[in-house]
Amino acid sequence: MKRYETSYFFREGIRGIFLHGFMSFAAIGVIVACLLIMGSFSLLAYNLNELIGDIQNSSEIYVFVDESLSDAEARSVGTRINQLDNVDISTFVSRDEALSQFGERLDGAYSALIEGLESDNPLRHRYVVRLIDAAQMAETAAQLQTVPGVDQVNARVDITENILLVRGVVNTVSLALIVVLLAVSVFIISNTVKLATFDRREEIAIMRVVGATKRFIRWPFVIEGFLLGLTGAVAAFFLQWSLYSSLSRRVTEGLKNIAFVQMAPFDEILPGVLLVFLLVGFLVGMGGSLLTIRRFMKV
Amino acid sequence: MVRLVDVCKTYDNGTRALKGVSLRIDDGEFVFLVGPSGSGKSTIIKLLTGEIRPSEGRVHVNGYSIGTLRARDVPFLRRTLGVIFQDFRLVEKKSVYENVAFAMRVVGASPREIRMRVPYVLDLVGLSHKARRRPYELSGGEQQRVAIARALINNPKVIIADEPTGNLDPARSLEIMTLLERINALGTTVLAVTHEKELVNRFAKRVVAIDGGRIISDRTGGYYQYEAVRN
Ligand SMILES: Nc1ncnc2c1ncn2[C@@H]1O[C@H](COP(=O)(O)OP(=O)(O)O)[C@@H](O)[C@H]1O
Ligand SMILES: [Mg+2]
Repeated sequence: MKRYETSYFFREGIRGIFLHGFMSFAAIGVIVACLLIMGSFSLLAYNLNELIGDIQNSSEIYVFVDESLSDAEARSVGTRINQLDNVDISTFVSRDEALSQFGERLDGAYSALIEGLESDNPLRHRYVVRLIDAAQMAETAAQLQTVPGVDQVNARVDITENILLVRGVVNTVSLALIVVLLAVSVFIISNTVKLATFDRREEIAIMRVVGATKRFIRWPFVIEGFLLGLTGAVAAFFLQWSLYSSLSRRVTEGLKNIAFVQMAPFDEILPGVLLVFLLVGFLVGMGGSLLTIRRFMKV
Repeated sequence: MVRLVDVCKTYDNGTRALKGVSLRIDDGEFVFLVGPSGSGKSTIIKLLTGEIRPSEGRVHVNGYSIGTLRARDVPFLRRTLGVIFQDFRLVEKKSVYENVAFAMRVVGASPREIRMRVPYVLDLVGLSHKARRRPYELSGGEQQRVAIARALINNPKVIIADEPTGNLDPARSLEIMTLLERINALGTTVLAVTHEKELVNRFAKRVVAIDGGRIISDRTGGYYQYEAVRN
């Protein structure tokens, strides 16, 4: 494509945007809104998934070994534990190791608490069991209970299940929203471009009479859609950024007395968000205009 | 060169607009195509511009065969033609200059070529002084001259005018036809459709008369042959 043709297509595309200022504004607004809703839900889902990851790590099951077993017998219980389907890995922690780990967590001033306990350790041998699928924690905990030599099983089934449930809902809602909003955006862009082509149908008819190729007629409209999508994407990106940052601050601040919760920093997800927004804006813009022009060109 | 051989055209609704038309127009000719309303004049024009295809027979225009023309070649056929309509078909939002220039841009001419060529053609149709005006600021005759300038801009082999004077008063009509005659004298083939007897009789040109989808007369001379044949 010749340079002056490209510049002509862009000029015409921009002219189209300003010719239908209101529709263009509406189209960009809709794209921004759609991207923001999509983005917010996706980021929510992302953070939940991160959180789940943490919880999955901490959602270990503690299996306490019967005190009447000898050390050697206690160590052999692990073989049976590992045979269970949902067990990823189980680590034997002897009573002595458990005590010293406990001591490490109570660093500094409190370390005095465990002094003297070495000789009379109240802790039991245990296995820390990591699961393959956290969703089946309850079943696995029940199975562990039946393993010979197991005295007690500690699993925080309720918390894990709740978080998994929330994640499932958020993921489903995000996906549904993304599909619906994408369709809405394409529809709006396609209508804006339809208006633009309708407004210039005489001009297009004349262009065809004087020998314009379809490609030549199509480009300005494609660029119009592309620019609408791009503008929407960039605007949505910056809005998403500030929205996310302020939300992130508030979450950390609001929950500081309950737990230390930190959302993923925006810097970390910035390239991904920008890329996805640009891509969606680009696809929606081009898709919307091509959809319209294809129908229109059949005349 | 334009050639129609035994051309029939039946529209989708069953209307038989052309019933075996054969016609040959050589390079450099000036031809009037005359006939009453509904006789098939515009159908011939639409065949020549590739807007419609013949149902039977062959249509050749400047080396393109319309019956077998691929859709993507239609624009290139049209670049060899300059088409003028009764209703001018100018872009209202563009200036006179732009209306002419954009026909060049459409075929990929560079800005430099456009700057060189447009003033020349506007001068040819006598509208240099109104280059910055919008179409609605011009008279009908002036608007048609803009359309002629646009038709000429890409140096077509053939100018095709479908009732170019249909919306104009007799004085303006004569001006337009005289302009077309001048363009013809510069070497461009001209095919002008009209049903204005007075106008045709002022020029000693070839007159092809059509009625009911058939050519009923084809003679040269400054005379509206068509009525003579009918009586
Ligand atoms: N697109 C069309 N569909 C159906 N019939 C048409 C169409 N265009 C023209 N006709 C018919 O074909 C005949 C010739 O029309 P046309 O070529 O426009 O005549 P003219 O230009 O000589 O007035 C007329 O009967 C007209 O009604
Ligand atoms: Mg007609």
